[in-house]
Formats: sequence, C-alpha cells, structure tokens
Amino acid sequence: MNPATDGSLSTPLVMLGILLITLSGVPSLFTRKNAGFGQKLASLFVTAGAICGLIGAFSSIILNRSETFIIAWGLPFGPCEIALDPFSGLFLLPVFFISACCSIYGIGYWPAAEHAETTRKVTFFFGLTAASMAFLVMARNMVLFLVAWEVMALSAYFILAAEDHKKEVREAGFIYLAATHTGTLTLFAMFALLHHVTSSFLFPAAASIDAATPLSAAILIAALIGFGMKAGLMPLHVWLPSAHANAPSHISAIMSGVLIKMGIYGIIRVVSFFSHPPLWCGVLILAAGMTTAVLGVTFAMGQKDMKRLLAYSSIDNIGIIAMGVGVAVIGQATGSSTLAMLGMAGALLHVLNHAIFKPLLFLNSGSVIHATGTRNIEAMGGLARAMPATSILFLTGTIAICGLPPLNGFVGEYLVYLALFSGAKDGGGSSAAFMALAVPSLALTGGLALACFAKLYGTAFLGLPRSTDAEHPHEPGGTMLAPIRVLAFLALLIGLFPLLAVKLLHYPLLSWSPDLAQSGLTLSTLAPVTWITMAGVTLAVVALILYVCYSRQLKSTSRQTTTTWGCGYVRPSARMQYTGSSFTETLVHLFKGVLRPRGKEPELKGYFPATREYASNIPDLVLDLIIIPVSRGIDFGFSFVRKLQHGEYHLYILYIFVTMVALLIWAH
Amino acid sequence: MYPFADQALVFVMLINFLALGSSRMNVSVRAVALQGVTLGILPGIMHTFSWHLLAITAGIILAKGVAIPWLLVGAMRKAEIRREVEPLIGYIPALVLGAIATALAFVFAAKLPLAPEHQGLLFIPASIATLLTGFLLLVTRRKAISQVIGYLVLENGIFIFGLLLTEAMPVMVEAGALLDLLVGIFVMGIVINHISREFSSIDTSRLTALKE
Repeated sequence: MNPATDGSLSTPLVMLGILLITLSGVPSLFTRKNAGFGQKLASLFVTAGAICGLIGAFSSIILNRSETFIIAWGLPFGPCEIALDPFSGLFLLPVFFISACCSIYGIGYWPAAEHAETTRKVTFFFGLTAASMAFLVMARNMVLFLVAWEVMALSAYFILAAEDHKKEVREAGFIYLAATHTGTLTLFAMFALLHHVTSSFLFPAAASIDAATPLSAAILIAALIGFGMKAGLMPLHVWLPSAHANAPSHISAIMSGVLIKMGIYGIIRVVSFFSHPPLWCGVLILAAGMTTAVLGVTFAMGQKDMKRLLAYSSIDNIGIIAMGVGVAVIGQATGSSTLAMLGMAGALLHVLNHAIFKPLLFLNSGSVIHATGTRNIEAMGGLARAMPATSILFLTGTIAICGLPPLNGFVGEYLVYLALFSGAKDGGGSSAAFMALAVPSLALTGGLALACFAKLYGTAFLGLPRSTDAEHPHEPGGTMLAPIRVLAFLALLIGLFPLLAVKLLHYPLLSWSPDLAQSGLTLSTLAPVTWITMAGVTLAVVALILYVCYSRQLKSTSRQTTTTWGCGYVRPSARMQYTGSSFTETLVHLFKGVLRPRGKEPELKGYFPATREYASNIPDLVLDLIIIPVSRGIDFGFSFVRKLQHGEYHLYILYIFVTMVALLIWAH
Repeated sequence: MYPFADQALVFVMLINFLALGSSRMNVSVRAVALQGVTLGILPGIMHTFSWHLLAITAGIILAKGVAIPWLLVGAMRKAEIRREVEPLIGYIPALVLGAIATALAFVFAAKLPLAPEHQGLLFIPASIATLLTGFLLLVTRRKAISQVIGYLVLENGIFIFGLLLTEAMPVMVEAGALLDLLVGIFVMGIVINHISREFSSIDTSRLTALKE
C-alpha cells in the first residue's frame, strides 16, 4: 500500500482490525473436536480487532483525518482506492462495536456444545460479514465496493440461515437471497451509469457531478432502490421480517443494528456525489421515510413473534433515518445549510442510536427465547420476576426505541424534529408543506411505537406465565449479560449527555458535504442539547425520589398476591389475562386497511358454547399479498416451459441434434 | 491425396449403418470396435513411418479396438442383456434417417469454408456423417450400453475431423482425445452400474423419475 497523504495510524489500525475480524473464524474451522475453543478464540479475535478498529475510527473522527490508500491489484478496474474519512469512520463505529458485543454474546447464546453442527459455520461467516461491512464503508472503487457488498450479502446469508434444517429458515433465506440479488443488480446498473458519467471506476469527489441531467436522476433512483432494498425502505423491506425472525438472535442484532445501515450509508454516499441534489430527490426520500416509519411501526404492532416485531420496528427506525436524510437533501437542494446540517445530524445520530438500542433489544430477546424456548410473546408472561436483570435491560431498550427521554432514542428523533420544524418554518413552497406533513407522521410513529412496545414488554414480562414453557425461565449467563449491560449504559450515556454525540458528529457532517464546511455552522449551536442533559437529570432524580417514596409506602402497607389484570374475578387464572393481541386489537382494527389481519372469529352460541379455536395473523402487505401471488402467477403462466424439461434425456440430446443441424443449414 | 484413405472412410460410413441397423448388442459393439481399428490404421497410412507414429497407431487400435469393446462386453454380461428390445425409433426408420444424415453431411461439407488443401476430401463428410450417426444412436436407443455405443461413434466422428486438423498428430492432441473417451466410458460405466443397482434395470427412459 502506498499512503497517498501524510501517514498516520488511523487507517492501518482500522485495516488491522478488519484483518483480525476476517480471520477470526478461521481457527474454528480446524477445531472440529473442540468447537467451543474455536468459538472463544474467534470472540477474542473479533474483540481485539474491534478495539483496534474503534481506536482508528475514533481518531479519524475526532482529529478530522482523511486518508487515502491505493492497493496494487491487477484488475482492469482502475486504481483500488480505500479511504478513511470522518464520515466513513462514523459508520465504522457501530460495525466494530456491535460485532464485538454480538460475538461475545454468541458464546453463551449459541454454545458449541448445543449447536455442534452450525457453530463453525456461524463463527466463520460472522467474522466475514463484520469485516466486509467495515471494508465496504472504506471502499472508494466501484468494483471493490460491489465485491465487499456481495461478500457481506452472501456471508450474511450463511449466518442467518444457520438452522437450515428448518423449513421456515430456508424460506426466509431464499427470500433474503432473492431480495439481496435484486438489490445488487440495481446497484450494478447504478454504478454502470455512474461510470458512464465520470468515466472512472473511482467514487467521484463529493459534490462533483451535475445533478440536473436525466442520467443523474436515473443514478439516484437506482441507488434508492438498490440500497433501499438492503436498508428495508417500504415497499422494498420484504426480506427483513422473516430473515430477522429466523436468524439466531445475535445475528439478528448485527443485521438490524449494522447491516441494514449499510443501505443508508450507500444512499447518503451516492447523494453526496451530486453538487446540488434535485428537490424531488429529497422529497422522495422524505416521503419514503414517512411511509416506512408509519407502516413499519403499524405492522410491528400486529406481530406476535417477538423478533418479527423487532424487525418491523427496525423498518420503522430506518424510516426515521430516511426522513432525516430526506430533510438534509431538501436542505441542500434549497440552499439551506441549517436544514442540511440538522437533518443529516438527526439521521446519523439515529443510525448510531438505533445501532445501540436495537442490538440491545435483540440480544435481550435472545436471552428470553433462550430461557423460554419460544418466540411467541403470547406464550410468555411474568418474566420480570424470574429474569429481573433482563427485564430492566429490556425496559431500557424499549424506552430508548420509543424515543422517550432520558435515553438516546429521544436525542436522534429530537434532531429530526428540529430539522422538520425549521424547514416548515423557514423553508418555502412545496418543501415546507412536506416538512409540515412529516412532523405529524413522526409523532404518529412515536405514539404507535409506544403502544407497540408497551404490548411487547407488558405481555412478555408482566402478568403471569401463559404457558408451561414460560414457567421456569432463568437469567442468562455473564457473557450474555455483559454486552447487553454495556449497550444499555451507552444508551443512557448518550441520552443524558447528548453533547458528546453531537460533538462526535461535527467532522463527519463536514466531510459529508463541503458546503457545510464553508457555511461555518456548528451543530451544537443549532441544537440546544445541553437542555436535554438538564431535563434528563431532573427527570431521573424525580423518578428516583418517587421510586423511593413508593417502595417505602409499599413496605408499610399490607400486600396481597393476585393475577395481573384479574378484572375483579373471584378466581382469575393466567388464561384470563390480556393477551398482546387483545391489547393492540383496537389499533390493529383502525389500521386494518393496510394490515389486513387474517383470521375468522368463531361463532359462539348459547350460554355454554363448545370449544372453539381462533387464530389470527397479520400477513406482510407487500410480500404475502403482492409479491408471492404475482410470482405464483408468473410461475403458472410459464409452466408450459417446464414441459421442455421432462427428464427424457434422449430428447435433450435431440434438442442438441436439431439445433446443430439447424445451425448448419442456417449458416448457408 | 492419401492412398486407401477414401476406401477406409467409406468403410467407416458403412459401419455406421451397421451400428444403426443391428438389434443385437454384440454386433453393435463389434461394429464400433471395427470402426475404431479402421480409424486407428488411418493415421498410420496417412503419414510417413516413424516409431512415434507406430506407437500412437498401436495405442489407438488397442484402446478403440480391444480395451473398450472388452469392457463393454463385460458390462453386457454383468447386466445380462443381449439386444436392444424396444428402440424409440424402429431399425428401418433409423437406417433411413442415417441415410438422410449422411446425404446431408455431404451437402454441409461441400459448403463449409475449408482450407484449399482439404477441399474435395472424404474426411469432412465422413466426419459429419459419423457424428450425426452417433447422435441418432443416442437419441433412438434406450439401453445405457447402446448409449455408450452412441457416444463412441460420436467420438469417432470427432476423431476423423481431428485427423485433418493435425499435421503429424501431436501426441498431446491424441492423448486428449483418448482421455475424453476414457472419461466418457468411465462416467457411463458408473451410470450403468448405478442405474442397474438402483432401478434393477438399465432402461434410461426410466431416468425421468429423477427429474425435478
């Protein structure tokens, strides 16, 4: 490698980290007899690599270092350039940090002793996925980027389909593969067009392409589709729920926390190539974000599968991030640096925040699933008593994801709100109208998220156990709890001291857009986040005082144990409790236009009706109601082609024979 | 241009018809063996004598004329079949098709853009005719051993073409052709063995059970 700029240790450290993580799974491939040792060694490698990488990324972000390296390769695709700038560095943070957390968690959650068949595969491809994501954000050559993208997509397939003996896992894997390949195909088209415009395989410099041409419009649309497919923007989210639900929990955590953010990275990076992105592009991203956020959380509300619910909630959060990006692009298009800075800051901060609280929730859900053996929240209940630590940590994640103070989810959404309000107030014309529309939709998202997570937490952790599986849960081991605790601590830290995060965003924002660097704005003056610290601390103190008073009063009064939500019956049983479905039934009914809940209510006759069964589920609007029926139609319509493949291999040879004779005749 | 070459090639084409028209496996195998021996002699009479050429000629004759037929007869004995009972197309129609194919081969050969020194030779039509016969055998016969015979005839057609292209038969080219054959026979041997073990029959039309 030849350092093209003044050499420093940031990039070598990050590259060392990537190398360590890539190789982390290799020793485990040779430890057939003692897979547990290989797994632990891999965690050690990943953690060491992550520490190296984090130091490198932090030094790049804080010291504003941009470095470019060119690797010698023999391929005819221009110079193989990799670069580390603060913007890439910001995306490296979750990649390294979450990989280390999930890898450590995996030791307890996916022990080699119980998963002898899959441990080696999961360990190896986990390292490959994490490393390719880190490499992806540093690639500055289109072909190199696509290579890293494909390695990431394919190795993620192998870890998410770890339990491929189960039918639903195979189906989820197939849908994932189909979706990711469609996305990659679009990216090929996008990069081909970009290459046509710049006649170079290198990424163009920021703000270097004129955005007014039709070709630029095609590039932007293709980038939105290709990257949006990975990020999970509606209606391109089809692969996300089933893949997240069926993967092992630490894999779901890294996929939801980091992998889908690579789509967001791609969108922001490609938009940054254009000098003045068109207004329609910003409005399109904002509208896509609004739809994704509202529909994502609506679908989440109807789910019974804990991880499927969390997956839909990831879609909702991607929507919030996309809203921030949309506002930023509108700001660039209308020449408002304030808007661009606030919007992008909100998006980037929410990327970081979601990368903290979603893995927190997924890892916790892994502990719950590990303890109860089911993903169905209707079969859980009363877990708070048996798993107090998990319960508190889960609650932390739920509060964060609902965007409530004093946790980190609030800060990111606050910045997005600030951007929307300032756009609606100061901007003019259609963009102001869109921002004004975006504010209530973000508020609606927040409210629905609250209902959704009240359902999740209430059903799983409160009340009484609803099935025998949930009766004897156990707290997870130390290696499982430790990463979760660290994540929860970070969520609280950013929530209480958002100034830290805001300072961290300064240089990444400037390296994203040269216009912002010229405007001389700083985020900490635009967003009065010190007030959040004060309000947050006050809130925490008040809550603490109330808790102390309440527990004192509780000690002095007499207590009686009964069922939660007993409804005043004399002998209430666990089956009489509110279920999660009944909790959100009203809301699901309100949104039945999009949710289309399935399930026929049983007819009950007389005072003592016979036993009746009732089952309901909420199909995915796009996958189950559009894509699968359309694919079936295509399958049926082209079934006549299948007659050509009849298994009579004499006739196959006849095809060759006829073709050959026909070609010989045609040639003359 | 070459003495006796045309006679030998006509003989090869006649053997094609024998392979197409015979119902007994023994005859087919012997026909192919005879064809192989004829083709083995051809390079010997085409080029001036050398020990190297002699070794190659002997090798081809041994492989095509002795070793492979011997293996095939062994396989027939193991699988206990003597005749192709019900071909997909009858023997007379197959012969007629073979005649049409041979006629077409002459038409095609006349129109191929050949090097001037190769024009007017019998090599090209004989090659195409043998190739098409091989295809016909593959398409019309059911038994796996008949299929192997079809492949061998096909391979012979390619071999005749190769005779023209190589000036003095570089040993590598010939070795490549023989290797092809060996692999082909090897694969078919395995297939036959497995078909008769799995389905207690070596009727290849039953392979449809394997389709998706």
